[in-house]
Amino acid sequence: MVDLLKGYNVEKLKSENLRLLLTYSFASLSSHIHAWLISSMGDGMAALVSEMLIVGICLIAFLVPLCFFLGYMERKVAAFMQLRLGPNRVGPKGSLQIVADTVKLLFKEGLTPTASDKFLFNLAPIIVVVTSMLVMAPIAFAKDLQIWDLSIGVLYVTSISSIAVIGILMAGWSSYNKYSLLGAMRSGAQIVSYELSIGLSILSVIVLTGSLKMSDIVMSQSNGWWIFKGHLPMWISFVIFIIASTAEINRAPFDLTEAEQELTAGFHTEYSGMKFAMFLLSEYINLFVVSAIAATLFLGGWMPFHIGHWELFNHIMDFIPSSIWFMGKTLFIIFIIMQFRWTFPRLRVDQLLTLEWKYLLPISMVNILLATLIAIMGWHF
Amino acid sequence: MGSSALILLTICGIAFAGGGILLSRVLAKRSANVVKGEPYECGIPTTGTSWIQFHVGYYLFALIFLVFDVELVFMYPWAVVVQKIGMSAFIEIIIFMFILFMGLLYAWKKGALKWM
Repeated sequence: MVDLLKGYNVEKLKSENLRLLLTYSFASLSSHIHAWLISSMGDGMAALVSEMLIVGICLIAFLVPLCFFLGYMERKVAAFMQLRLGPNRVGPKGSLQIVADTVKLLFKEGLTPTASDKFLFNLAPIIVVVTSMLVMAPIAFAKDLQIWDLSIGVLYVTSISSIAVIGILMAGWSSYNKYSLLGAMRSGAQIVSYELSIGLSILSVIVLTGSLKMSDIVMSQSNGWWIFKGHLPMWISFVIFIIASTAEINRAPFDLTEAEQELTAGFHTEYSGMKFAMFLLSEYINLFVVSAIAATLFLGGWMPFHIGHWELFNHIMDFIPSSIWFMGKTLFIIFIIMQFRWTFPRLRVDQLLTLEWKYLLPISMVNILLATLIAIMGWHF
Repeated sequence: MGSSALILLTICGIAFAGGGILLSRVLAKRSANVVKGEPYECGIPTTGTSWIQFHVGYYLFALIFLVFDVELVFMYPWAVVVQKIGMSAFIEIIIFMFILFMGLLYAWKKGALKWM
């Protein structure tokens, strides 16, 4: 608790944040496991490796069901919006459909085109999965439940997630297929362009919090989420963040990279079997990560819904566990992004670039100045 | 966890992706066929090489992106300290943004932001 308060306005927070003690902290659990490992194995490599093993197993045990769930949710949301039933045969309400699909993909032959660059072709899916795994590190899943709470958390997320474009370009180039190459080039231009708007809308939150650390950003929202505290500029940057991150993860209406009618399947045209499944998996992990970042920056991450000094209301809200708050907000944003897919028609390349460079970028540049003005004058709550 | 998380997550990713691909290599039935190795197109063999030249517009956008991305990197440390420094930091960033905005307008005017 005391460690978390470092770096932010400590006096102000201490008076306001005593009520946060109600929320269960995972710090006691993790420190308990840490102490137990060190006492049984000594303070050496063995304890470190077994700790890494525990975290790794927990992470994969979290991510795989999450991807299954997101795949199921996507198909159900699509069905819901088109007045269809969606998957309803395998398992209760069709919930095991994605598991069945994965097993099917596991038994499919992974083809490699004869003319392709075989090393890069096989490396690309691994790079894409590794980058989307690496981005998981600073995400605050619940109170004190973070893999690595590093001091430059948000900068780390933006920098690592931009590596994914290398994997996509690699996949497109090495496939020896015109569709793949065109899809990859489009994806490169798109991800690179929209990164600017994402960066600027993140910066407008950083200006208000004064810290890049995820836990500090969450703690700074203990008396209200930034989207409510920061007035209009926060709303604008939230909307820009959602639009730009939809483009960043290549989802419809920005799915030019895999526009079926033009490019077959875009950069993963030549991929099949498990290698294709890896691209699908990383797409869902990226969707989760982007929504989690949006929830952390604008909707308070794991922070319960607090209103100023309504002590009783805040106490009642604290009884809902922090992980439920986090997952609820994240799934809400994921739901919005999934709805986009069936609401808007796909953009053309020129429209896509016009939207970014002539609208979103100037707007977010002006918006960050407004946010700075609010931060300096102390107009936020 | 400290910076060992980086090693852990890299290993996790490689193990997960590599493990899945290797497992499917063991489980899946394989057969050799020349046609399977051809590029996936409409069924007729591809004309010419597939590593074609692409539009110069991609390079232009990449160049403009570089300028703005460096600007973004400069703004991260500024954003962390702006509340402590106060008004002078705000005036400085207005000057900085003004110059950048002029750059964007110049690129716009020259037609660099126009596709084709």
